[in-house]
Amino acid sequence: MTAKLKAIPISAWLGLIIVTLNLFVFILGPMLAPYGQNEIVGAPFDPPSAQFWFGLDQNGRDMFSRLLAGAQMSIGVSLAASLISFCIGIPLGFIAALFGGWVDTVLSRIVDTVMCIPVLISALVVLQALGSSVPVLIFTIALLDSTRVFRLARVVAQGISVLEYAETARLRGESLFWLITREILPNALPPLIAEFGMRFCFTFLFVAGLSFLGLGIQPPFADWGGMVKDNQQAILYGLYAPLFPAAAIALLTIGVNLVVDWLLNSGAAVQGADR
Amino acid sequence: MIELILKRVALGILTLLLVSALIFAGTQLLPGDVASAILGQNATPQSLAALRQDLGLDLPAWQRYLTWLQGFATGDLGMSLANRQPVADLLWPRFGNTMALAAYAAIVSVPIAVLLGLAAAVRRGGIFDRGINIVALAFVSLPEYFLGLLLILFLSVQFNLLPSLADTYAGMSFPDWLRATTLPALTLVLVTVAQMMRMTRTAVLSVMDQAYVETAFLKGLRTKRVVLRHALPNAAAPIVNVVAFNIAYLITGVVLVEAIFNYNGLGRFMVDAVAKRDLPLVQAAAMVFGAAYVILNSIADIAAIALNPRLRHPR
Repeated sequence: MTAKLKAIPISAWLGLIIVTLNLFVFILGPMLAPYGQNEIVGAPFDPPSAQFWFGLDQNGRDMFSRLLAGAQMSIGVSLAASLISFCIGIPLGFIAALFGGWVDTVLSRIVDTVMCIPVLISALVVLQALGSSVPVLIFTIALLDSTRVFRLARVVAQGISVLEYAETARLRGESLFWLITREILPNALPPLIAEFGMRFCFTFLFVAGLSFLGLGIQPPFADWGGMVKDNQQAILYGLYAPLFPAAAIALLTIGVNLVVDWLLNSGAAVQGADR
Repeated sequence: MIELILKRVALGILTLLLVSALIFAGTQLLPGDVASAILGQNATPQSLAALRQDLGLDLPAWQRYLTWLQGFATGDLGMSLANRQPVADLLWPRFGNTMALAAYAAIVSVPIAVLLGLAAAVRRGGIFDRGINIVALAFVSLPEYFLGLLLILFLSVQFNLLPSLADTYAGMSFPDWLRATTLPALTLVLVTVAQMMRMTRTAVLSVMDQAYVETAFLKGLRTKRVVLRHALPNAAAPIVNVVAFNIAYLITGVVLVEAIFNYNGLGRFMVDAVAKRDLPLVQAAAMVFGAAYVILNSIADIAAIALNPRLRHPR
């Protein structure tokens, strides 16, 4: 075990530490925050001090507390969207791979068409029609992103379903459910876990981007993308206010990317994922 | 080869049609309809019916789709709901602005990225390769607004070299335009170079692993010759794909960058339209973005077919 731990490169350690720290803030954030997320504690854009570590925002609220509280929305929405997109993409991808024929053709063509439109543009069209709210955000992003998951799950399952053990199970007369849950899923997990990291990065940046555009998570909830937007003007006066939430977004993305890079390079994830 | 290209063009047109249908369907998700959304509380059954007829909402969806598509083909994009101006007059100048910014960024970033990717691939595992990979990974992870804000802070606020807002107007002189758009273009360049360089490196490496490249090395040829004469022609097609993928990314990446620098482009325009829930504007902007994306990808595929040595010299 220690040998295995030693084999983890420094960059991956750094990534793991960043991700753990963020999860910690995600779960405990509001409890750790010294002030309420909408509590006005001083003058707008007060600079960082011993009392307010990251200074105050455009309304005089404590930046540090809002960052801690905002983790819940920023990370929560993207985590929910990624989880749902995997719950949609993986079963459909496996079914397309196992059934083949017209099921595969129909599903693949639909996915190809959706993927022909840039995700941001599709999301904007849906947000125009339905307006922006947390459930709409989560389901729109999950649906759009499930196309990518579908593609990967399909390729991986196709690779596994022709291997001997899957063939044997089929000849034994095992049901489709058994095939998917006992033969394909366990063997498809390593590439899918790496993909989950990448998809989470993407949805996280995407949610933050939409919030930065004013179309994502709406006030009064604090969220990192929206905080960048709200404090953006301060940069013109040489104040660092919008850089704190932007750096928080960048830091988590780098952390997840470092972990994913290590997973992909460690060889654990290559099986079946021929891309 | 000609046949392959024609097939690809036909596929592109089919894709465009499917994309238009999907965008149209997406804008119809609204429960209720546009008429009640416009009139809101003041709606009477008569005014609703009149507006519905005015907007053609009394027709079935597929008929409205065909009318919309026909309008698009003839250049009539409908009227904006918010200010009652023709969408086409509002949209095309901003589309031009967006394309100009994307072109500026692409002209700078493509050569840099391809050269860096090639250099990293040739010196695989070396200090240069490892160093540039770490830097690229960092830049790929940085959101556009983080880079953009840093650039504003350093280049515009502290050293006062470039304006922080990309104010452009019609009839602006070219040097002035360049000055105004350099910061947004630089932001786009930083993000795309990192991504493109990583993908170019992977594409070249997969060719460098081929047996004929090894043979060329074993024959005692110099690295430069092997790379330029043996590897590069075969890596050209994947590199073109990488470039097209990133230019396509540029087209949507500008949406965020335009918001940071307050640039008067199609992206910011579309975001404003979404906030105002101006249906015809959003539909038209989405279609223009979607079409640009599909056309770029088709051009890339066709270029890849034309560049593939195996297809050019059929045996």
